[in-house]
Amino acid sequence: MASEEGGFVPPTVSDTHLPEIFPWLAEYGTGFGKQMLMIVLSIVLITWFFTAAIKNPKLVPGKMQYIAESGYAFVRNGIGRDIIGEKNFRPWVPLLFATFFFVLLNNLFGAIPFLQLPSFSHAGSAYAMAIIIYGTWIAVGLKNHGIRYFKLAVVPSGVPGWIMPLMIPLEIISNFIVRPLTHSLRLMATMLAGHMIVMLAAAGARYLIVVQDNLAMNGLGVLIIAGSVAMYFLELLIMVLQAFVFALLTAIYVQGAIDADAH
Amino acid sequence: MNSTDFILAASESANPLVPNPWEILVTGVGFALLLFIVVKVIAPKFEQSYEDRVTAIEGGLEKAEAAQKEAEETLAQYKAQLLEARTEANRIREDARSEGAQILADLKTKATDEATRITEQAQRQISAERTAALSSLRTDVGTLATELASKIVDEALKDDARAQRVVDQFLNDLEAQQNAGASN
Repeated sequence: MASEEGGFVPPTVSDTHLPEIFPWLAEYGTGFGKQMLMIVLSIVLITWFFTAAIKNPKLVPGKMQYIAESGYAFVRNGIGRDIIGEKNFRPWVPLLFATFFFVLLNNLFGAIPFLQLPSFSHAGSAYAMAIIIYGTWIAVGLKNHGIRYFKLAVVPSGVPGWIMPLMIPLEIISNFIVRPLTHSLRLMATMLAGHMIVMLAAAGARYLIVVQDNLAMNGLGVLIIAGSVAMYFLELLIMVLQAFVFALLTAIYVQGAIDADAH
Repeated sequence: MNSTDFILAASESANPLVPNPWEILVTGVGFALLLFIVVKVIAPKFEQSYEDRVTAIEGGLEKAEAAQKEAEETLAQYKAQLLEARTEANRIREDARSEGAQILADLKTKATDEATRITEQAQRQISAERTAALSSLRTDVGTLATELASKIVDEALKDDARAQRVVDQFLNDLEAQQNAGASN
């Protein structure tokens, strides 16, 4: 590194923007890159695993079928049925299932050596998912309630009339502007932060061990590696948790659009 | 450019909130494709597998319930049959006992009747024989008396000795007749 003589320079967000694969080593943003390859890989893996696991379904499931069925049942019952409700949840199971496992696998890529990049640490992917979900729940609201849906979504019931001028703008901002932003940025920020911590620990440990001649500094570098193992497991937890939160919020938004007139 | 220059150049413009449009496209299209596969293939298969399992388990339970019900019905039937058989046996035993008593009573009555009949017949015979004996005796005694009287009268007219002889003669005859009658 050019910075090695002038002291430690921490890695930046730009370091998550690797050169493209196609065209080879082209500047980031001009072609098909590692992050996009991992998105494609995740789709292939999810499709392969779940179709292979349920290809010959047995009444008494094997190990693979059991894992796949548990995953499906977790999304179907734990997110879909519990949030959207017994009556309406069935058509939404595929969306929630695809959302949860798509986000989960792409997050976990950040914990797999060599892949080591959570796809959703790139804002573009997080925006894409949030936009799809945003469009979906607005469409559901319009389908179920017509144009009246926008009134139902922004005019709270049981609130005195004089407070309405304050409440309605707040509801508009909260539901239609902040909601998709928080939905996408929560995922992106947690994944980026986790990835930055991994990069920082790696770069710092390398600097302390390789560049510094001081033995104490070298020892500190080893301690950082030890600490980063703990961070790794914390990251694993956050990756799973964020995938769950993303799918859960999707279910909550859809449920809110279906039952807009129920509150 | 070497990699260090590249990184330095990129770091000046990198903002984590600015998306790469190609990534939006790839993620959007990729997710749409995944959703299509899940809707068309994966979700129906999992739902089908779940349904099949529910059906199989419920079917098994129903079958077991049916089998148990049948077993209970059969048991009840057997019990009813056993009870019926016992009642029947008791009834037959009762019948046999009363029939036996009836037969005995009949026989007793018949025997009594027969005895009465035999007794009556004997009495009737005895009385008939007595009547016959009486009439016969009456005739014999009359004849004998008349004979004796005529003889006595006849002999008395001749002499006393003779009379005595006639009497003796008569008695002897009587005796002889009696003996002859006895030997007969």
